[in-house]
Amino acid sequence: MQYDASVASIRLVGVSKHFGDVKAVDNVSLDIADRDFMILLGPSGCGKSTLLRTIAGLEDPTAGEVWIGDKMVNDVEPKDRDVSMVFQSYALYPHKSVQANIEFPLKVRGVDKAERAEAAKQAAEVLGLTPYLERRPGALSGGQRQRVALARAIVRQPAVFCMDEPLSNLDAKLRAETRAELVALHHRLDATFVYVTHDQVEAMTMGNRIAVMRDGIIEQVGTPKDVYDKPASVFVAEFIGTPPMNIFPAGSVEAADHLVGARPEHTHLATTGVAATVALVEHLGHEIQVVCTIDSEHRATVRLPTGTEVPSNGSPVFLTADENHRHRFNVETGLRIS
Amino acid sequence: MALDTAPKGWRSFARYSMLTIVALFILFPVYTTVIAALKPGNKVLDNPLLPNAFTLDVLKNAWTEGRLGRYLMNTTVVALIITSVQLVTSIASAYAFSFLKFPLKRLVFGIFLSTLLVPLEVTLVINRRTIDSLGWLNSFQGLTVPFIATAFGTFLLRQVFMQIPPDLREAAQMDGLGHWGFMKEVAIPLVRPTLGALGLFSFLASWNQYLWPSLITTEDDMNTVQTGLRHLASSDLDKPNLIMAGTIIAAVPILIVLVVFQKQLVRGLTAGAVKG
Repeated sequence: MQYDASVASIRLVGVSKHFGDVKAVDNVSLDIADRDFMILLGPSGCGKSTLLRTIAGLEDPTAGEVWIGDKMVNDVEPKDRDVSMVFQSYALYPHKSVQANIEFPLKVRGVDKAERAEAAKQAAEVLGLTPYLERRPGALSGGQRQRVALARAIVRQPAVFCMDEPLSNLDAKLRAETRAELVALHHRLDATFVYVTHDQVEAMTMGNRIAVMRDGIIEQVGTPKDVYDKPASVFVAEFIGTPPMNIFPAGSVEAADHLVGARPEHTHLATTGVAATVALVEHLGHEIQVVCTIDSEHRATVRLPTGTEVPSNGSPVFLTADENHRHRFNVETGLRIS
Repeated sequence: MALDTAPKGWRSFARYSMLTIVALFILFPVYTTVIAALKPGNKVLDNPLLPNAFTLDVLKNAWTEGRLGRYLMNTTVVALIITSVQLVTSIASAYAFSFLKFPLKRLVFGIFLSTLLVPLEVTLVINRRTIDSLGWLNSFQGLTVPFIATAFGTFLLRQVFMQIPPDLREAAQMDGLGHWGFMKEVAIPLVRPTLGALGLFSFLASWNQYLWPSLITTEDDMNTVQTGLRHLASSDLDKPNLIMAGTIIAAVPILIVLVVFQKQLVRGLTAGAVKG
C-alpha cells in the first residue's frame, strides 16, 4: 500500500484538562517528533487517555496549546486534524459490513465509490482482512475486529494515529502477535503514533519513546531503555519492569537521607545485608523469582536462574544490591538523585 | 442465557388449560360478532350463538350504507400522518436528549416525561378549544396535530439511543460526521427494530382513537371509522348485525397490520429487557 500522508510532529504546551475539580491532565508539555511511536503509559486514572483525546480533538483543553505540525489545533474539529483514532472498544459500526466500515471515513469525505472501494481493499490487504470484507463486525473475532478498526484508521492516511489501549480486549497470545504487527505497521506507514496503555510490556516493546504519567502529570519521557535504566522517580521505577524495582527502606542499604532501589536482577541473596523473610517462591520455568518481605511496607524480588537452590517460604534471608546498579532517590520527593 | 426447559406433565396441562380459558373469554365476543355479521337480519335473534344461516349481504350493506370506505380512508390518512410525524419528532427529541449537551437537560427531560402522567381527558377540553379557535374543527389538522409529538416515543427511543456506546459517536466524529450524519448513518439504523415497534404502536393507537375524533368532527365527511361506527349504531338500532359487520370491516385493516408486523411488535415490547 502506498502511504503518503504528510507526517507531523505534535507539540503540547502547558496542556491542562479539568473536569470540575478533578485535574485529569495538569500543565503537561510534551514534544512528539515526526514518525515517533510515543507511548503514554500510566496506571488507570492518570490522565493518559484524556491527553490522547485532547490530541485527537475529542476533548477541549482547559488550558494550553495543542500543535500538530505547524498548526495550532485547539479550535480545529477532530475531523480536520488529520488524526485517526483506534478505540479500546474498536467502535465499529455494527450495522455495516467490514468493507463499509473501512470505507466510511472516505465516504464521509466525499471520495467517490470506486476510489474508496480500492482504498478499503488495500487497507484490508495490509491487515489480512480480505476474506472478511462482506461480514458484519459481529461475525468477527476480537482480533479481527481490532484489525478492522486499524484498517479504518489507516484508510484515510492520517498524519497521526491515536490509539487508546487497542490491545486490552485481546487474549495474551493474540496481544503479543498484534504488538509485533503494530510495530511493523508503524515502520511501514512511517506515520506518527501516539499509543495509550497501562501495560508496561507493550510500552517497552513497541514505543521508541515513553511518557510515564501519574495524576495528570508526566513523570518522565524517554526511550524504553532510559526509562528502565534511569527511572526519574520511585513511581517510574516501581511502575516499569516486571517484577518492579526493589526499593529498600531508607538507611537499610546506604545513608538514611535517600532511598536505594535495585532491579530484581541486581538484587541478590547473601549472607549479610538487609534482613528479610521469604514470602513466596515462584518457579517460572526460565527463572525463579523469590519474593521477600523486608517490613510491612517493603517487599523485594530476587531473580535466580533455574536450578538454583532456593530458601523455603518463611526462612530468613539477607538481601544486597549490586553497587554498580543502584538507583538513589530523594526520600521526600521520590525524585532520582543518581 | 439459560432457556426454560419445556414444561412437562400436569404443569403443562394446567398452563394450557388456563391459556385456553383466557382465550375463550377473549374470543367469545369476537365469535358472536362474526356470527351475527354473517347472518341475514331476520335470523340474528334466533340461536344467536349458532351459525345457522349465512350471507355476505350484511357486510355489503354496512360498507355502502355506513360509508365505511370513506371513513376507512380518513382513518388511514390520520393514522399515517400521526405515525410518520410522531416518528420524526420522537427521533429528533430522543436524539437531543441522548447525544446533545444543553443546559437543564435533565429537567427538561423530566418535564417531557411528566406529560405521560397526564391523561388525555385532562387536556381534552382545552385542546378542543384551541383547535376550535384555530378553525381546525372537521379537518385533518385537527385530527392529527395534537398527537404529533409523544413523550412515550421520546422516552422509548432515548432509552435505545443511550445504549449506543459513546465510542461510536466519537469514532463517527473522528470520521467527520456531524450530528445529522451520525443520526442518519448510525443512530437510526441501529435502532430500526425499536422504530418499527414505535411506528406500529402509534399506528394502532391512532387507528383506534375514538374520543378525540368524536369531539372535533361534526361533519360526516370527516368521520374516522371509529366515530363512523357510532353513526351506524345510532341510525340502525333495529339492525344489530349491520353494526357487527361494520365493526368487522373496521377491524380487518388493523388485523392485517398486526399479523404482518407481529415480530416488530413483540421485539418492541421486549426492547431493553434483554441486553444484546
